[in-house]
Amino acid sequence: MREILKRLKTAGDTLRSAVRRDASDEQPVATDGGTETAVGNRRRDTLRNSLPVEWELLESSPFWLPPVLLAGFFVYGAILWNAVLSLTDFQGLGEPDYSSLDFSMYAQMASDGAFWQATQNTLVLLVVFTIFCLALGLLVAILIDQNIRFENTFRTIYLLPMALSFVVTATMWSWVYNARSGVFNQLLRVFNLEGLVITLLKPAAVNADVVQWLSWNTTALAAVIFALIWQFSGYAMVVFLAGLRAIPTEHYEAARVDGASTVRMYMRVIIPQLRASAVSASVVLMVFALKAFDFIYSLRGSQPGANMDILATMMYRVAFDSLQWAYGSAIAIVLFLLALLVIGPYLYSEYRRGEL
Amino acid sequence: MSTESRDPIAKLREMETSRIGLYAVLLFGLVFYLFPVETAVMTMFKTQDAFIRTVPFAPPNADGFTLEALMTAWNTLRPGLINSMFMAIPATLLSALLGSLTAYGLTTLSWRGQVGVVVFIIAGIFIPYQAVLVPLAQFWYQILPDLLNGFVNTVFGFITGGNWTYPSRNGYLQLLQLSVTHAAYGIPICTLLFRSYYQSISDEMIEAARLDGATAFSIYKNIILPLSLPMFAVTLIYQFTQVYNDLLFALVLVNDPASQVATQRLAALTGGVVQSFNTTMAGAIVAALPTLLVYIFFGEQFAKGVAGET
Repeated sequence: MREILKRLKTAGDTLRSAVRRDASDEQPVATDGGTETAVGNRRRDTLRNSLPVEWELLESSPFWLPPVLLAGFFVYGAILWNAVLSLTDFQGLGEPDYSSLDFSMYAQMASDGAFWQATQNTLVLLVVFTIFCLALGLLVAILIDQNIRFENTFRTIYLLPMALSFVVTATMWSWVYNARSGVFNQLLRVFNLEGLVITLLKPAAVNADVVQWLSWNTTALAAVIFALIWQFSGYAMVVFLAGLRAIPTEHYEAARVDGASTVRMYMRVIIPQLRASAVSASVVLMVFALKAFDFIYSLRGSQPGANMDILATMMYRVAFDSLQWAYGSAIAIVLFLLALLVIGPYLYSEYRRGEL
Repeated sequence: MSTESRDPIAKLREMETSRIGLYAVLLFGLVFYLFPVETAVMTMFKTQDAFIRTVPFAPPNADGFTLEALMTAWNTLRPGLINSMFMAIPATLLSALLGSLTAYGLTTLSWRGQVGVVVFIIAGIFIPYQAVLVPLAQFWYQILPDLLNGFVNTVFGFITGGNWTYPSRNGYLQLLQLSVTHAAYGIPICTLLFRSYYQSISDEMIEAARLDGATAFSIYKNIILPLSLPMFAVTLIYQFTQVYNDLLFALVLVNDPASQVATQRLAALTGGVVQSFNTTMAGAIVAALPTLLVYIFFGEQFAKGVAGET
């Protein structure tokens, strides 16, 4: 109880409460950012009352219109163009032929085993990676939230992998997974488990005396997912920590007074309130997973064969290595639709709640 | 189950064991998050012979210590590091400035429908870049040169007889293209970061300035910009790491070996047929150095950028 009362305030919280002083008549609501909605509406109302809308639009457009047009051209213009390109049979040389558009690339995709394999890998990566990151992030956030000493040090180190590029982490993990002298296999050897792991995980047709994490179809994707969890669970931790700190201490006290144990308190009272944090963290994590191109591209390096293709890497390979630009564009559209499936509902609900 | 009637000493003791357990788990976490970095650092100081013979975690023994791998990696990556800075710093500054302007225009000056524009631009954060890659390459390889050619030919055609050709793309032009690309794709996230910050700036101040006859630009220059400096720190730090760390755009836009950025050079080092792990690990550390330093000195701001909060 006292520990919770003495909870350290993060710089972010201080900042937020400091700038919220103009809304001090409104009691901070813990549940789902209701305060901010109220503040936002209030501001819109006061300004709207003081000035005509047309004037505001005219006056504000020099600030937002050029950047929005620039980003809009690169984002939406490019996506539309990509959609058109996916209907051509452009091979990357000269001008694409826009006169005959058809869905032949999508037909080719439907009968392409590599595409379905990449889709399956993408979905597995998306689900497994996100769930484990959330679980690990939540656990670590709760542990860090126990008013521990050296909190900053722990937080800094847990978040460190996120500051590294995919290429750097892939380089490090290619060493960790190295078959001959990598960290994992050396650990297995210490505990005399190598034989067991080989029997369990070795693909049927392979003859091996060491575990080849990155070149076995049975382990390659799992190895990728594990390393990605290492890199991004810190992100989930940061988001959950912010969520935990937004829960009023009274909720902890009430649960204590009711005689709930720590585990019960978290399961019944605290974790259910982290829904918003979990949703936003999982959306961003899924977007990371869909973008994991850099990681897999670098990790694979010179070790072909193992099946760790996701749609993002397949798209690059097809478009820029095999110069089938139209086919690559078609795969990119599928990837984009997948991303839309993840972010569309999220953005819509944020919009409805007035969070944007 | 804790009950009121329990002996307070026993309760305290129980608490202490659970505290020890807590710290043990947290320390295990430290090991989990640090071991790939630690083994990379140890490996980069080992000779080829020593890294095969010693345990990955262990420091090199006396005769197995070498700086040669580090020097090789440094020499391989140095041009890439310079190119990365040349590309990332302008891109970061530009996207932060544009994001700040956008957020100002879409927050402080309110009009109906602006949330629609906000959603339009924020959605740009989440798109997989593969979805824009082919058009992007087409745009920089063909469309823009053609446009420039056409423009220059129209304007100067009568002098040169229409035979002026756009100079061939050289390395630095590719880096410039990469920089502009990153700046453009950075606008959405920078806008989001600045917007949530601007939403919490008090209206009274701005309304007072308006009543005194301040223009939108002078409000931005005199009130908003000075107030945004902490947010600029967050955004610049976060955005710099994002741009510096990118590989995908660089792979597509930069094909001149002399202008490859650090991530490209490291990927080439990693993907090489003959792997000497001491050199590749040294390469990883060297390539990570700029963002590592940023992270060590500005970790708090980086974390705020990551969490997308203010």
